[in-house]
Amino acid sequence: MSGIPHDHYEPKSNAEKWLHRRLPIVSLMYDTLMIPTPKNLNWMWIWGIVLTFCLVMQIITGIVLVMHYTPHVDMAFASVEHIMRNVNGGWAIRYIHQNGASLFFIAVYLHIFRGLYYGSYKAPREITWIIGMLIYLLMMGTAFMGYVLPWGQMSFWGATVITGLFGAIPFVGEAIQTWLLGGPAVDNATLNRFLSLHYLLPFVILGLVIVHIWAFHTTGNNNPTGVEVRRTSKKDADSDTLPFWPYFVIKDLFALAVIFVAFFAIVGFMPNFLGHPDNYIEANPLVTPAFIVPEWYFLPFYAILRAFDGEVWLVIVADFLTAGIVDAKFFGVLAMFGAIIVMALAPWLDTSSVRSGRYRPMFKWWFWIFVVNFFVLMWAGAMPAEGIYPYIALIGSAYWFAYFLVILPLLGVIEKPLAQPATIEEDFNAHYGKTGGLGGASAPTPAE
Amino acid sequence: MSHAEDHSGDRRDFLYYATAGVGAVTVGAAVWPLVNQMNPSADVQAASQMRVDVGGISEGTQLTVLFLGKPVFIRRRTADEIEAARGVDLADLVDQDARNPNIGPIDASDENRSMPDYSGANTGEWLVQIGVCTHLGCVPIGDGAGDFGGWFCPCHGSHYDSSGRIRRGPAPENLPIPVASFVDDSTILLG
Repeated sequence: MSGIPHDHYEPKSNAEKWLHRRLPIVSLMYDTLMIPTPKNLNWMWIWGIVLTFCLVMQIITGIVLVMHYTPHVDMAFASVEHIMRNVNGGWAIRYIHQNGASLFFIAVYLHIFRGLYYGSYKAPREITWIIGMLIYLLMMGTAFMGYVLPWGQMSFWGATVITGLFGAIPFVGEAIQTWLLGGPAVDNATLNRFLSLHYLLPFVILGLVIVHIWAFHTTGNNNPTGVEVRRTSKKDADSDTLPFWPYFVIKDLFALAVIFVAFFAIVGFMPNFLGHPDNYIEANPLVTPAFIVPEWYFLPFYAILRAFDGEVWLVIVADFLTAGIVDAKFFGVLAMFGAIIVMALAPWLDTSSVRSGRYRPMFKWWFWIFVVNFFVLMWAGAMPAEGIYPYIALIGSAYWFAYFLVILPLLGVIEKPLAQPATIEEDFNAHYGKTGGLGGASAPTPAE
Repeated sequence: MSHAEDHSGDRRDFLYYATAGVGAVTVGAAVWPLVNQMNPSADVQAASQMRVDVGGISEGTQLTVLFLGKPVFIRRRTADEIEAARGVDLADLVDQDARNPNIGPIDASDENRSMPDYSGANTGEWLVQIGVCTHLGCVPIGDGAGDFGGWFCPCHGSHYDSSGRIRRGPAPENLPIPVASFVDDSTILLG
C-alpha cells in the first residue's frame, strides 16, 4: 500500500498460504499495522488514535442507549431520565456518550491544528485533508442531531435555530426547512428522523475514516519536520522510520490512558460541566430559553454566524449587489459554512513550499494568533449578541478568513524559511543523540 | 469492437442511450418517494385551522397559542401601544412590507398589520402575529420587551416594536401575520 520500501507479509504455514491465495486479509492487516512511520513523531501525533477510539466508543455506547430510548416527543425526555435512573448502569453509559462527544471534538480540533501547523494538508496529502474535513462536517451534523434527542429545551431550540439556517437560503429555503423538519416546526417527525440519521452518520464517518487512513498510508505520515521519508532504498527508509507496531501503538495507548484518566474524572465527578442546565427542562415550543447557546464545540462558528448583522458594510454591499438576495441572515449562514470551506481549501491557498511551521518564522506567529483567535471566537460565541461582543466576533471572523485567504497565500511569497534538516534521521539524531533513544542510526528490530 | 472507430448513430449506440435513459428515469422514480417521505405527512397537513376564544384577554395582555407547531401571539394592545405603533415614521423601518397575507404586499404601517374586529373597524386594538423571530426562529419575549416597547428575541438580540416590526438586530423581516379573522365578537379563526 505504501510507497515507502518495507517488508511485506510472507505467508509461512500451509494454512496461511491457503488463505492468502483466496483472501489476502492477513497481508492487508500486516501491512496496515507494520506501516513505516517517521520515527520523529511528537505527542501531537496521538490524536488520530484518540479519534478512532472515540468513534468506536460513541458507536458502542450509542447502540446500547438506543435500546432504552424512545423517539417520541411525549416520551423522549422521560426515556432519557429512565436511562439515568432505572437502566442498570445507564447513567454511566449516557454520561460517557454525552462527554464522549466533547472528547471527540477536543481531539479533532487538536488534530486539525496539528495539521495546520505542520503543513500536513500540503501535497501530496490534500485528499487526506479533504476527507478529514468531510469527517469533521459529518461529526458536527451527528453531534447536533444527537443533542436534539434528549428533547430538552436546548435540544428543541437548538434544532429550531440550526434548521432555521436552511430557511435563510434564498427562494428554496423555506421548502428545504419544511422538508428537513417534516412540518412547519420542530416536532415529532423531526425527532424521529434525527434519531435515524444520528444512528446512520457514525457509520458513514467510519467508512470515511478508513479512506482517510488509506490515503495517508499511501502518501506516508507527515512528521514535525515536514521532510519526506527517504524512499531511495529500504536502508534509507529504515533509518527514517519505525514500524507502527509496536512503537507507535504503545506510545498512542499510553497517551490514550492519560487522556482517559482526565475523561473519566469528568464523567465521574462533573458529568454536566460541559452541558447546559436548560436541557434538563423538557422541550416547550412556547417558551424560548432566555439564552440559547450551542455546545462549546460549535461556539466559534456560532460566533461567525452572528457576527455579520445588517450593519456590517460587507453585508450591506452584498445585499446591494445581489439586489437583496444575500441579506444579513443568509450572509451569516454563508460566512459560517464558508469558514469551513476556506479551511478545506488550505492546501491550495498556502503557497509556501515548506511544510512544517517549525521552519517558517513568520507563519508561526500568524498560526498562534489563529489559535488564540479560535478561542476568542469560542468565547464571543458564548456571550450575548449585544454590546461589544458582536464587534469582537466580527474581528475574529475577519481574521479567520484573512488567515486562509490573505495570510497563507502571501506568506509563501514574502517569508524566508529557515534551513530544514536534510532527513528525518538527522532531525531525530539532533534531538536524541546518535547513541541515545533506541540506539540511534541503526534501525531497531521490531519485537516479534 | 469493430465499431470503435465509427460509432456514430448505430444500433448499439441507440441501445446504450435508451438503456441509460430508462435507468435514469427508474432511479429517479425510486429516489423521489424516499425524498418526499420527509415532507409533512397528511396528519401534519390536516391540522391547518384553529378557533381561538379571545374573550378573556384584557387590555395590555397577550394570549399565546400553539398553531401549526408555532406560537401565535394574540395581543390586545393598550392605547399607548397603538399610539406608539402608529406614530412611527415609515422611513425608520427596516422592513417596509407589512408581511400580512390577509392584505398582500403593502407598506408596513401599523394599520396594515393590526386586525379589524368583527364589525370591520380597525382600531388597532388587536394584533395577531406568528411569534417566531424572523432571524432564526426563536420565540420573542413580549409585554413591552426590547428597546422599542414591543418584543425582544433573546437569542440574537432582535428588537421588535409594539406593532411587531423589526427595528434593530439581525432579523430581516417583521413578525409575520397569520391568515386570521374574527368570526364573531370574541373568536378568532386562524388559518
